[in-house]
Formats: sequence, structure tokens, C-alpha cells
Amino acid sequence: MKAARFDYARARSLAHAVELLGSGDGFVKLLAGGQTLGPMLNLRLVQPDLLVDVSKLVETNLWSEQEGAILIGACTTHAAIEDGKVPDPTGGMLALVASGIAYRAVRNRGTIGGSLAHADPAADWLSALAALGAEIVLLGPAGERRVKIAELAKGAFATSIGDNEILRAVAVPCLPKGTRWGYYKFCRKAGDFAEAIGAVLHDPRRGMLRVVMGATNGAPIVLDIAVPGGLPETLEAAVPDMAIVERALDDHGFADDPYGKAVHLVAARRAFAEARH
Amino acid sequence: MSSKSITLRVNGEAIAAAVAPRQHLADFLRESLHLTGTHLGCEHGVCGACTVMIDGAPARSCITLAVVCDGAEIRTVESFDDDPVMAQLRAAFTAEHALQCGFCTPGMLATAYDIVTRLPDADEARIRRELSGNLCRCTGYVGIVRAISRVLRERP
Repeated sequence: MKAARFDYARARSLAHAVELLGSGDGFVKLLAGGQTLGPMLNLRLVQPDLLVDVSKLVETNLWSEQEGAILIGACTTHAAIEDGKVPDPTGGMLALVASGIAYRAVRNRGTIGGSLAHADPAADWLSALAALGAEIVLLGPAGERRVKIAELAKGAFATSIGDNEILRAVAVPCLPKGTRWGYYKFCRKAGDFAEAIGAVLHDPRRGMLRVVMGATNGAPIVLDIAVPGGLPETLEAAVPDMAIVERALDDHGFADDPYGKAVHLVAARRAFAEARH
Repeated sequence: MSSKSITLRVNGEAIAAAVAPRQHLADFLRESLHLTGTHLGCEHGVCGACTVMIDGAPARSCITLAVVCDGAEIRTVESFDDDPVMAQLRAAFTAEHALQCGFCTPGMLATAYDIVTRLPDADEARIRRELSGNLCRCTGYVGIVRAISRVLRERP
């Protein structure tokens, strides 16, 4: 249960971190809060040659307001979001999601950006922020680019973040008036990784309902469904063709897993019910 | 893979040390500083036995690298002798039989301290939820929950 040997460097700036990532010294990993990387190092599931610590950088710890969005520094901790130290442009969804991640002792160090970059299908932010239509801001040798979180994961623990890119910040859009959201995760035990996640966002202005089903065997399932007018009673009433949802679950590894399928549908229904609330 | 120099404060004392990057904080505390009150259970962040205070907030010392704690203020269970909240918690843990073998207790006390100081209005359900990151295989948690409830009740 001890990590294999590795070297450690504390980045002086984001630019320095990008430089270290591209230094060609074997397998280089970024270190933020270390609450997932720490266990993986101890279990020797990951054996980097060099860890580049970006957790203390000012650039990754600040938040700012941008046009229609709040830009949250990637190394902002779950606890800071839970405690409202960052403005929540969603009317409480960020704080709710943050408060359900693992345990307080983990939330005190674990970060929003680290969680996204790791892309564990069972982690909360990947699904919750996909529902919210949030984006990540990446910094690489060629400059900055943005990626929608709904399109970030390419599979379990796989993302479209380049080898020499750093997730600098998360842009969470300010929700238009009247937007409703719901979030539900199913765990065996408080603080455990989710067995199923449901996240729902309804924007009545655009007449769009987004349904996200997370904790699949790969990327979260993101479905955009036209729902003109108010939200109907049930998820089934909102989604004209539930076969689409079932097919999506089949495609994400649940074809031969009726239990997994059922749990994911329940999570989506409960998230929907929360949004109606 | 050379060792790195760090300076930090542990239980009020300034410490300068050279640490291997791979050494986690719990091993640094136990093996370099001989502060064996911090216990190691699962060593991957699940059991909570290694919970200590880093810059005033509870954290897992088994999944926090010592080298990352450069400049940090660490408090382990050894430093709470004269702390009035911890004195109350100790008395309540005794009165409510909140420990048997004692292995989880340093981590339980760290989390209990956080609950009492951060969530003065916590009810039993909230206490149980907050304690979900600390495993105890002796007590069944009833005594621990009662002890924390008692301190919350008795606090001014």
C-alpha cells in the first residue's frame, strides 16, 4: 500500500506546468487535490515518473465572472463549493452536488477540475456539469480551448484532454430564469461512488429537457429532448419515446444487465421528480 | 527521485525535513516524527482512521503526500490535550462508550471535532451522514453518535 517511487515538482505557474508536462521525462501526471490519485498511487494502479503539483497555483484557485457564466478555478475544492465560497449560478445545484461527494475530509482537498480530468464514470461532476451545459477551459502549448463537459468523456477514465493540456477552469453557465434542475445519485452507502446518477435540466425558454444518466460503463449518456411548455408529471410523459433512453442504456453496457438498467432509469426518474418539485 | 525539503508546522512546532515524494503524510507523521496517534487502516482514503487537521480542516493523511504539505499547519490527535472542545469530546466518548479497541478513535475525534465546530445544529441523521467516512468495527456507531450529540447539546 505504498506508492512506487516518483519525482515531484511544484509548478510555479500554469505555463510552467504546461512546460513540465511536455518535458518528455517519462510518464508525467498532474496533481491537484490528490484524493483519487492518492489512492491510485498507493494501490500502484498508476506509477508516474513525475507528479506536477498545480494545486497551489493562484490561477487554478480563483473564480471570476464571465459573460453569462461563472469561471471556477480547476483546483477549487468540493468543500469550498459546498460552503458557497464560489458563487453558484445554478441556484443551488453546485452546492448540492458538492455536498454529496465522498466525505468532508475528502471534499476538503478534492477538486472540481481533478474530478473532471480523471473522468471516473461514477463521479458526480462529470454528469452534473454535463446536465448544466458547463464547459472546461484547457490550456496547452497552442493556447486555450474550450470543451463542453457533455462531450469531454470518451469512455471510462478517458477524455479529450490532450497530453500536454491542463484543465484550467470550469465555466458554469448562469441558468436562465425558470430553469429547473434535479440531481439524484444512487449509492450503497453515504459517500460511496455512485451506482447510478440521474441529472435533469429543463429550460422552458428553449423548450429543452436534458436528461443525463451517469455512472455507466463509459461516458455519461446525454439526451436532449424537446419539451415545449411546462414539465409534465413524469419522465415518461416528457420523453415521447422511452425506447431512446433504453437504447442509450443498452449502448452503454446495460443490454445484458436488467438491474443496472433499472437503477439508472430510477435515478433519472427521481432526478426528474426533483426538477418538478 | 531525490528527496524534497519541506517546512511545516506540526502540533505547533516548526519542522524542517527532507521527504521522499512518494511518502504520504501519515507515514511522515508516524515514522519520521514518531507521532503514532495517527492510525493507518485502509491506506486508500476509505476508512478515516488517518484523519488529521490540515490547515484547520479534516483531511486524509494517507492520501495526502507529505511533500504537498510544505507550508501547512498540521494538527494530530496528540495536540488536543488542552483543547476545550476535544476535552468535552473525550469525556463524552468515555461516558457513551464510543470506543472499544480504539483504532478508529483518532480519526473519529478529528471528524467529531469538525462536526461540533462546523455544524452546531447537526441532528442525529446529519451526524451519521458526516461520520460515514469513518469506519468503526467495534461500536456499531451508536455510542459515537451519542457522544457527539451530547457535546453538541452541552455546548454553549
